[in-house]
Amino acid sequence: MNRRDALTLDFPKQQRQDFSNTARTNTGLTPYSGQWTLSEVQHLLRRAMFGSSKTDADYFLAQGMTASISELLTAPGSVPSPPLWTYASNYADPNVAQGQTWVTAPYDGQANGYRNKSYKAWWVGQMLDQSHSILEKMTLFWSNHFSTESYAVNDARYSYSTNALCRQYALGNFKTLTKLITLDSGMLKYLNGYLNTNTAPDENYGRELQELFTVGKDANGVPFYSQSDVIAAAHVLTGYRINSATIASYFDSTRHDTANKTFSSFYGNTVITGQSGANGANELDDLLTMIFSTNEVALFICRKLYRFFVYYEIDAATETNVIQPLATIFRNNNYDILPVLSALLSSEHFFDPLNRGCIIKAPVDILIAMCRDYNVVFPNSSNIIAQYTMWFKMAQYLAIISQNVGDPPNVAGWAAYYQEPGYHELWINSDSLPKRNQFTDAMIYTGITGSGNTIIVDVVAYTAALTTPDDPDLLIQEVIDRHYSEDVSNTVKSYLKNILLSGQASNSYWTNAWNDYLGSPTNMTYYNIVLTRLQAMYKYIMDLSEYQLS
Amino acid sequence: MKRRKFISALSAATVLPALLDGFSFKAFAASPLLRALASSAVNDHVLVLIQLNGGNDGLNTVIPLDQYSNLSSARNNILIPSAQVLSLNGTALTGLHPSMTGIQQLYNSGKVNIVQGVSYPSPNFSHFRATDIWLTASDSAQVLPSGWAGRYLDYEYPNFPTGYPNATMPDPLALEIGSMISLAFQGPMAGMGMTITDPTNFYNLINGIQDPAPNTNYGKELTYIRQVSQQSQAYSTVITTAANNITQQSPSYPSPGTNSLADQLKIVARLVAGGLQTKIYMVNLGGFDTHSAQVDASGTTSGKHANLLSQLSEAIAAFMDDLTFLNVANRVVGMTFSEFGRRIISNASTGTDHGAGAPMILFGDQVQSGLVGTNPVIPSVATVSDNVAMQYDFRSVYASVLNEWFCVPQPDLNQIMLQNFQLLPLIQSNACVTGIHELNQKAGENLVWNDPNPFTSSTYITFKSKGGHVLLQVFNAEGRLIKTIVDGEYAAGTHKIWYENEGHPAGLYYLRLQNEALQQVKNMIVVR
Repeated sequence: MNRRDALTLDFPKQQRQDFSNTARTNTGLTPYSGQWTLSEVQHLLRRAMFGSSKTDADYFLAQGMTASISELLTAPGSVPSPPLWTYASNYADPNVAQGQTWVTAPYDGQANGYRNKSYKAWWVGQMLDQSHSILEKMTLFWSNHFSTESYAVNDARYSYSTNALCRQYALGNFKTLTKLITLDSGMLKYLNGYLNTNTAPDENYGRELQELFTVGKDANGVPFYSQSDVIAAAHVLTGYRINSATIASYFDSTRHDTANKTFSSFYGNTVITGQSGANGANELDDLLTMIFSTNEVALFICRKLYRFFVYYEIDAATETNVIQPLATIFRNNNYDILPVLSALLSSEHFFDPLNRGCIIKAPVDILIAMCRDYNVVFPNSSNIIAQYTMWFKMAQYLAIISQNVGDPPNVAGWAAYYQEPGYHELWINSDSLPKRNQFTDAMIYTGITGSGNTIIVDVVAYTAALTTPDDPDLLIQEVIDRHYSEDVSNTVKSYLKNILLSGQASNSYWTNAWNDYLGSPTNMTYYNIVLTRLQAMYKYIMDLSEYQLS
Repeated sequence: MKRRKFISALSAATVLPALLDGFSFKAFAASPLLRALASSAVNDHVLVLIQLNGGNDGLNTVIPLDQYSNLSSARNNILIPSAQVLSLNGTALTGLHPSMTGIQQLYNSGKVNIVQGVSYPSPNFSHFRATDIWLTASDSAQVLPSGWAGRYLDYEYPNFPTGYPNATMPDPLALEIGSMISLAFQGPMAGMGMTITDPTNFYNLINGIQDPAPNTNYGKELTYIRQVSQQSQAYSTVITTAANNITQQSPSYPSPGTNSLADQLKIVARLVAGGLQTKIYMVNLGGFDTHSAQVDASGTTSGKHANLLSQLSEAIAAFMDDLTFLNVANRVVGMTFSEFGRRIISNASTGTDHGAGAPMILFGDQVQSGLVGTNPVIPSVATVSDNVAMQYDFRSVYASVLNEWFCVPQPDLNQIMLQNFQLLPLIQSNACVTGIHELNQKAGENLVWNDPNPFTSSTYITFKSKGGHVLLQVFNAEGRLIKTIVDGEYAAGTHKIWYENEGHPAGLYYLRLQNEALQQVKNMIVVR
């Protein structure tokens, strides 16, 4: 035992609970028909969107479950306008004027660093400004699934186009998306697909297409595909190139391997007939048809969706009652994504109390969600420099706590979304947890400043919008209900009340302070009395471990 | 390697950011001041603040026996029988509530200083606002965003919290025990105190108590995060280590759970003796808001207030005994404060309403024992709005403690206290100002008076200066400063000034003289 172990074990080991046998549920995909209260609404919104603001929660509470899920599963009518160039004071991009988009402009080595910033800022902006739709959550899911790194791609136009593709097909057809990703210039560059030729086959994409994107690696250590399948797939995929001017990919038949490709027994010993000329590009369809005819694709994707939306542990009951029926739905719908999401999010399994509050929030589920929950006001599009500055600030804070959007650690995406056995727990460590608290503390007390702009939580305005802000008991209960998945002990509530009452016994002290403020909202003394107490209360609530759970 | 162990190993390799009240951490650079302090014994001085939440009734705590007959007309239903008032060595005029035997013994053995009539001009009667004033050391009408202890710690450790903990200061600068999040520790740039992120967490660290989590996936993940939280609190190890260094404490403490203040102070003693270099601790005792039933119907010496004072006295006595037992008595000074005193006149419901001036009690082997100030003057016919007048500004007490206990040079006090406050002789070892014996020598001397008194529109005020700065103020019965007559240097000798009552209503007024450390308060009465 090393020294650190000794220190760690110094903590109450005798009381450490054994969670190897936690309560399990046998519920499946039967549609949920129970109560529709704030608790259910928040559970759904926190997982399908970023956070659960009071406005959104109240809106969906009134809608009822069926209409809520239907609306969440609808993509917004319009495609977001692309990211803008706002860095003229740093560098004069000869191809892009200030305030114009750079996504179709020629590559410029010096501009590219700023374009990457712009891309990341813009993506954060999409998440912050999301509509009542699961689209942004699913865009994150697919961007993580078909992971590329802007640092490695080294051309922001490609990174943007990959992201735009994931957003366009986020609620569409997975097989189509897989084909388009295979042909995507960003992915061709990232996994060397554009260097994969008949004379120098490159196996990189051929492997990840199977291992990470479709069938998965193995079941209980027994591999699905073999190395020969990687080689065969690589040969199918020879010949794709990128037009660096248009950044479109194209098929160059002279680089394509026209020989037949033979696959292993996992794929039923399929032979894809080599084709020459322009027809060589058709082999991709044959490859995808073969891959998507296995049972594993649907199972693999449904498990990943389950871990993203429900919980990372999949026990035998869940495999039988949830994963396999979902996979059947996926296959029966020819890999349309929406029927799967609909079945999962409407199920009694999803709303089962045992499946609530057990996801450790990803950084975006802390930072983006906090800003949305508190209606934090960002600079608007009338000042794009300020807007992109503050959006990028958020991207930087996300990176500090290990979710650098646009630059996941590798092609597998963020480990917390896939790495056994810890999964979501990997988001939390003794470095990231204090930093999460520092961010929420800063947003409560000082705000975050960049280039003269400040974003800050207005705890007084937030409180004023709640149901009974003048009653400390009801206020605390509502704040707990809106911040946590589960209720907390009376010890915590009395602690929170102690903050509001400054240690006094009677509720009237808070009530009077609040009413004094309401009666004279411009009186700074009254304002400061409620402000300092509310700041301390919200800080405390967000510093508690419970706030890290969704 | 098990996953949990792997994470622990990662933690060891990482420079842990401090999980403090603050959020942005400034880089530490050793200041000359810090080096100077580090090499002096002064650096190990500790201050323990005891907040009495609710507003303590000072007149039933430190009882002015020379005002007894006026007190008995003003608050007969809660008055402590004079025969039961605990006597203090060296004075027959002032005594303590009969519940305070522990503090009486400490006083009589030279370890307690009582500052009389502590308040501030225009006192506020709202718990919240008054508490904020005491914690921030602001003027009555001023809102300050930082606390006085936070400003001191920022002055002393100017780069905190970046780079902390470090070899020079491995421990939290300030620790709060109990349930208050104190504004007092808010520094100008960052929180200077350690905030415990779980109400039972502090006790967890020391006593190994863990709230149960449900046996669900939620409970499993919650427990995981809590474990990381404990591991990542930068100071959890030093606190645990300090606590574990002490295995035996004085047996004088009451049983755990019977006196929350004693429980808190016991932890403080353990941490101080265990080697924690933390400068300031905050503990608290609530329930002093005694509007009614302050005393029992069966007798004024028992009831709510008697129980509170008993807990206070018992806790401080046990704590002092423990500090001696643990050989750290020379390092610790304690100080009580409350957001206000209570009204002179009692309520029919045997309680008292929010008031103004009240005593502060300092204790420790190093305090300069005795009474500072005189007994408050109780009017013969008190009205409902009459309050104990201010003799000393509470910020004078803070400034004196900073100067005499934390050895902040007088010129630097302004940057912490934001104004110049009179220094009082509170601490023995570093008496940089007039000794308490001088106050005692002058105690019988008439330093200020007015004639005629009572008066209708004008009167002559006579005062004696020993030289140096003189402040002459008039307060109304509520303690509101209505006039500063003199604020400047006056040569030694007797001075006479004409005072005009500028339309203030008939009633009781207080005339206050401050001359360096000396001060005196007299009644002025305006009649029609």
